[in-house]
Amino acid sequence: MIEARDLTKRYGPTVAVDALSFDVRPGSVTGFLGPNGSGKSTTMRLILGLDRPDAGQARVGGHRYRELRWPLREVGALLEARAFHPGRSARSHLAALAASNAIPRARVDEVLDMVGLASAAGRRAGKFSLGMGQRLGVAAALLGDPAVLILDEPVNGLDPEGVRWIRNLLKSLAAQGRTVFVSSHLISEMALTAERLVVIGRGRLLADTTVAELSAGSASLEDAFFRLTSDAVEYQGNTAKEATS
Amino acid sequence: MTAITETRAPRVPGGRYGLAQAARMEWIKLRSLRSTWWTLAVTAAGTIGIGVAVGLGTRSGSGDLTNNALAGVVPGLLLTGALGVLTMTGEYTSGTIRATLAAIPRRPLVLAAKAAVFGAVTLIVGEAASFIAFFADAATLRHGIAAPTLGQPGVLRAVVVTGAGFCVIGLLGLGLGAIIRHSAAAVGVLVAGVYVIAGVIGIVAHGAAAYMPLLIVENSLSTTKPVTCGTDSASCPHFLSAWAGLGVLGLYAVIALAVGGWLLARRDA
Repeated sequence: MIEARDLTKRYGPTVAVDALSFDVRPGSVTGFLGPNGSGKSTTMRLILGLDRPDAGQARVGGHRYRELRWPLREVGALLEARAFHPGRSARSHLAALAASNAIPRARVDEVLDMVGLASAAGRRAGKFSLGMGQRLGVAAALLGDPAVLILDEPVNGLDPEGVRWIRNLLKSLAAQGRTVFVSSHLISEMALTAERLVVIGRGRLLADTTVAELSAGSASLEDAFFRLTSDAVEYQGNTAKEATS
Repeated sequence: MTAITETRAPRVPGGRYGLAQAARMEWIKLRSLRSTWWTLAVTAAGTIGIGVAVGLGTRSGSGDLTNNALAGVVPGLLLTGALGVLTMTGEYTSGTIRATLAAIPRRPLVLAAKAAVFGAVTLIVGEAASFIAFFADAATLRHGIAAPTLGQPGVLRAVVVTGAGFCVIGLLGLGLGAIIRHSAAAVGVLVAGVYVIAGVIGIVAHGAAAYMPLLIVENSLSTTKPVTCGTDSASCPHFLSAWAGLGVLGLYAVIALAVGGWLLARRDA
């Protein structure tokens, strides 16, 4: 269970997250959608206590993240593809994280095997492709066998096999009763993976609903998303201009 | 939904993470980078190598031979300090800091663990380098020059305190890394603070010169007797004793770490 209440974060004059409230419940995959720059990553960082909110608060399993006794055993997070030192092996990276939360060493090889990195575990992670880095990030998130998973754009850089693997992994984690909160800008992918959706634009909540409900009145989930976010898009290409110039 | 939720038994153990877990993480992180061992090896080799070179080049037994034997600490300390900086800033460059702080959300604990682990490693390496440099220098002195021994007044103290200097400058680097967060800028501040500014102030303001890190290392830590500037005593600063010098350096490191820890806890990661 993740609860965000009136979360607000400003960077100078810019309001990145604006009085955002929503719940993410266990047992289903909840997609987190929004245009570029809408505040998805900032929201996730606020939930994880990495950034300090200017107002409001976020709770995970009823606690603020900083109060957790064994954070990695309660919350697993993937925030960016390359949150590891390029000179360190995948195994050492995970071993260090395991040690911080008294997670048995055997679990490191278990998650490496789970994400398909067992054969590359001893190599310096700086040599990894984007997809391999993403897999290492997923391994780190799964390390503590947590009840809550927070993943920022996990399919970035993955090949089609990897995309399907993530999709099935997230669904099975949710089916085990875990809370799975996953951001993406790939709406078609979310349509296949998520049951519930939290949609934001310009840091504000636009919808907290199910995939079925949102797409009900439109031809596709994508159409529904564009209608919902039409007023909240910051960075937009202009096809009309390109065509005339 | 509820039926599935209930099948998950809570497996989170009692207790809470603490300094022991944080230190174990930092030890794995430090030892799993090849650059750590390269830097420490070059530091020790440089310190010892300069000790040997000084020993071979010594022509008279009149000066403070122990101080001469330990001349290599000055460049060696720079490397240890830079390694301290990189131990912190490397996490920001790579993004590892987010993973670290998600694992240990009590941030001052992260810096305390880093300081404990890095301090212990640099203390061991520093003492080893200092003692080996001392003996290597003594072994290479030419016939007719009496080599200093650890039993002579102030000699053991000079060697031990010099070894500890590696640890203290390393921790100063770590603290600066936590404050500044960018590798190049933090190394620059370290070098400027320890070497350049120390040199300038040493020339301009004699009263403050005794408190400059580099002059403490050269004139307080590694000496067996108080340094004098020969005939022109008026222009010579009154240098700190070895222990006072180590204490002042330690104070600099503690201030840097305290400010770094405070900023680490306050700033967004």
